Amino acid sequence: MTDPEIYQRLKRVFLDIFDELDVELTPETSAADIPEWTSFNHVNIIVACEQAFGVKFGTPEIETLKNVGDLVALIRGKLAAKK
Amino acid sequence: MSSPNLPAWLPVLADADAAFGALKAAPDPAARFQQIARIADHQLDFMQAGKLDRQLERTLAELPEPAGYDTVRVAWLGSSTLDHLVPSARIAGLRRGVVMRSYVAPYGQYRQEILDPASELARFRPHVVLLCLDPEHAAIETGLGAARGDVEAAVQAHVAELRRLWQRAADQLGCAVIQETIPNLAPVLFGSYDRALPGSPAAVLDRLNRAMIDAAAEDRVLLLDLAGWSARLGHDAWFDRVRWLQAKQLVAPPIAPLYGELVARLLAALRGRARKCLVLDLDNTLWGGVVGDDGVDRLVLGHGTAAGEGFAAFQHHARRLKDAGIVLAVCSKNDRAVAEAAFTQHPEMVLKLDDFGVFVANWTDKAGNLRKIAEALNLGLDALVFFDDNPAERALVRAELPMVAVPEVPADPAYYVRTLEDAGYFEVVSLTGDDLARARSYQDNGRRAQALEAATDMDSFLAGLGMSLQIGGVDPHSIVRVTQLINKTNQFNVTTRRTTEAELRAFAAEPGNVALHFRLLDRFGDNGLVGVLLARATGDRLVVDTLLMSCRVLGRGVELAMINELVARAAAAGVTEILGDYIPTAKNAMVADLFGRLGFTRVEPAHGSPPEATLPRAASRWRLDVRAFTRHPNFIAVGDP
Repeated sequence: MTDPEIYQRLKRVFLDIFDELDVELTPETSAADIPEWTSFNHVNIIVACEQAFGVKFGTPEIETLKNVGDLVALIRGKLAAKK
Repeated sequence: MSSPNLPAWLPVLADADAAFGALKAAPDPAARFQQIARIADHQLDFMQAGKLDRQLERTLAELPEPAGYDTVRVAWLGSSTLDHLVPSARIAGLRRGVVMRSYVAPYGQYRQEILDPASELARFRPHVVLLCLDPEHAAIETGLGAARGDVEAAVQAHVAELRRLWQRAADQLGCAVIQETIPNLAPVLFGSYDRALPGSPAAVLDRLNRAMIDAAAEDRVLLLDLAGWSARLGHDAWFDRVRWLQAKQLVAPPIAPLYGELVARLLAALRGRARKCLVLDLDNTLWGGVVGDDGVDRLVLGHGTAAGEGFAAFQHHARRLKDAGIVLAVCSKNDRAVAEAAFTQHPEMVLKLDDFGVFVANWTDKAGNLRKIAEALNLGLDALVFFDDNPAERALVRAELPMVAVPEVPADPAYYVRTLEDAGYFEVVSLTGDDLARARSYQDNGRRAQALEAATDMDSFLAGLGMSLQIGGVDPHSIVRVTQLINKTNQFNVTTRRTTEAELRAFAAEPGNVALHFRLLDRFGDNGLVGVLLARATGDRLVVDTLLMSCRVLGRGVELAMINELVARAAAAGVTEILGDYIPTAKNAMVADLFGRLGFTRVEPAHGSPPEATLPRAASRWRLDVRAFTRHPNFIAVGDP
């Protein structure tokens, strides 16, 4: 899966969680840009990504995530490891 | 998209994007609520449930009490995070006619919340408190070498504290309490030997669960069996160590749709909304093959084939449900004589013709037939479950009669029983002798209907029934059944007020209040506890709080005997005036003029002046002059229980 494809699928995940999402997802997008990105929704994003991409994140990995770019990199790595 | 984590008995939502898109665009809240309810009847994952719940939240802000739904305030108290489970529970509630309002206490605060009379919890005035303890929190350190007796003492001390909290919640908040059982995720030290060692964490937790379950049964606290249900799919599906460490979520978010079902079923059962009747198709549902084409001899049923044993097991399960008070009915496209022959002639048929309250086999459409079945049994359509292997019939019934529960039926009969178990249509919160006798009483009703046909007129029919009414109060013997009847009677019910055992006990204990139950017997059998009358004493008058009757005994004159009794008691107590209110709901139109028929006159205005101030605007108020009352003649003899 290419990065644009990952972003495309990730956008769907975000649209499912944030009903009024009006920002484009970039590597720099973070909780500061989306008011509803609460700690509650943060867990939802993680779980929804695990389901959408068929991967499982580990405890230390989750803690390093600062923005969408980190999340995409993590997903990319997980998908590569699956092959 | 079907995953084992999702409710497999619900149909898959075909075009989710279109369905959700239409919701966002729908301006009218009532129409939007209906759309939401229809979407809720599908298999939704936790993300979709969350999305739908946000639309529900927005809709309820404009339409706080949708018609035909019970609002239930549920307080979620726990030692771990519970917020992520609430949306799925609320969506599951919609499937059962319940609008859940929720308050989630900060995690770990359950003791303070219950004990503090000024807590958020107390202000929320819950109908139900759900108490969820996680295995880490519930762990009791007894030491590995602890003797059985020491473990027992530690467990009992722990349970005693819980019981004080339950008691306090029931007394102070007047609410029902649901205690969750604790999944045994205690760390394993050695392996299987842990179970044999009284002081091992796993053995102690087992013992705690058992003691908690016994105490709950004794204290009439309801159980949500998380330990049992999570074992069906397995701990790895239900619980996720990463989520636990990350967010103190015990139940993993993807499993929320199944968990929410467990909560919603209990709420529905508390409100008398459990299903009461299982309507079964015949061909390829109760047996393999088509009896009209294949003949009785060639049906796949019973020993000899795996599928045949599967169908027989399903019939056994249906009979067990019947023995537990669920009415069975048949709705099949068949010639009646051919269908009946299968039951009378097949040697391995488990169900017999007289196991069914209604038997409909014809060639007309099934939606119409289901209406007929509900009518014949005096049940609402929302009391029916329709089990049919044919997807076209299921789709038709879902479209025509959305209030009927229609599970997806798996292709393999091996999973038929499992489907009914998982779908949880028949959840109860108590079981009385009356419940067990219910299926029997529907058959008695059939025989009464025949007696009515034979009688020349109504009066001679009623006189010939030899009815007697036993009148009793609300006491420890009757309170379970009385509470149950109050919470589930929708049609013959003037106020549709719901209650808990604690509230009812308090009501009955107040001097001057009248709290009566009525049991009807006739020559065909015991109809069970069929009526409840509660009246509150205010000065020199009585105000009817609750007047309800089971529809099983409609048209027998029981309400006349009930009001005679009330007036007699009022007169004896020196009361001169009885007031009654009719509060209309979607279901109780049959009693709109009940007070009029009982000799009350309507008084105006119903709304605005005390003590009517709390009545809804559509309510009507009625008055009876005790001294001018003449007893209503009827055909029922009154005796003491």
